[in-house]
Amino acid sequence: MNVLFFGITKDIVGSSEINFSDEFKPVNVAELKKQLIKSYPEFLKLNSLAVAVNSEYANDDLPLNGNEEIAIIPPVSGG
Amino acid sequence: MKKVIEIVDEIDTAKVYAELSDANSGGICVFVGAVREFTNNEEVVALEFETYKAMALKEMEKIADAAMQKWSLNKVVMRHAVGEKGVEEPVVIVGASSAHRDDCFEACRFLIDTLKETVPIWKKEKFKNKTIWVSAHP
Repeated sequence: MNVLFFGITKDIVGSSEINFSDEFKPVNVAELKKQLIKSYPEFLKLNSLAVAVNSEYANDDLPLNGNEEIAIIPPVSGG
Repeated sequence: MKKVIEIVDEIDTAKVYAELSDANSGGICVFVGAVREFTNNEEVVALEFETYKAMALKEMEKIADAAMQKWSLNKVVMRHAVGEKGVEEPVVIVGASSAHRDDCFEACRFLIDTLKETVPIWKKEKFKNKTIWVSAHP
């Protein structure tokens, strides 16, 4: 599963994109967040942590099959 | 073409009048966001912006569409810059034109306020001896 990282999450994981091994198979967005927080506990300190699936904000219960474009969206700060 | 939605390297503030002006608009309202020299009394050297471009453009489209539903607008512009920007440089410009001024004034405020809430763009403040991702931590 391929995951894109932006802003501070890119700094935390040390890369703008990670291709996780086949063992990393979250069934939905909530599970994805849980697994990422386990690997990168610093995510818990952020004001918010959103996930985009195919470039749309995704709810926690959205199922994942691993073929989506997944992005981690830390607190936005445009403007 | 009623909408201009863009992520750019440089913002040319002089272009916006021509983009928003039209025969049916008696009012044009524009907001420009720029780099301020001091944040909490600390001197800012530069701001660096990055984006998830495909999603940012989609979210900006949604905001422009919502504004056009809510108010009677003739044209809308939403443009954000990415990369490193120095003090006084423009980083975002949004605007709307309408027959009468109330619609474009209210829409302009909505465009910038909603952009700041939902569009995936991130700002890093660069000070003399540290850098901070804005709003990342409580």
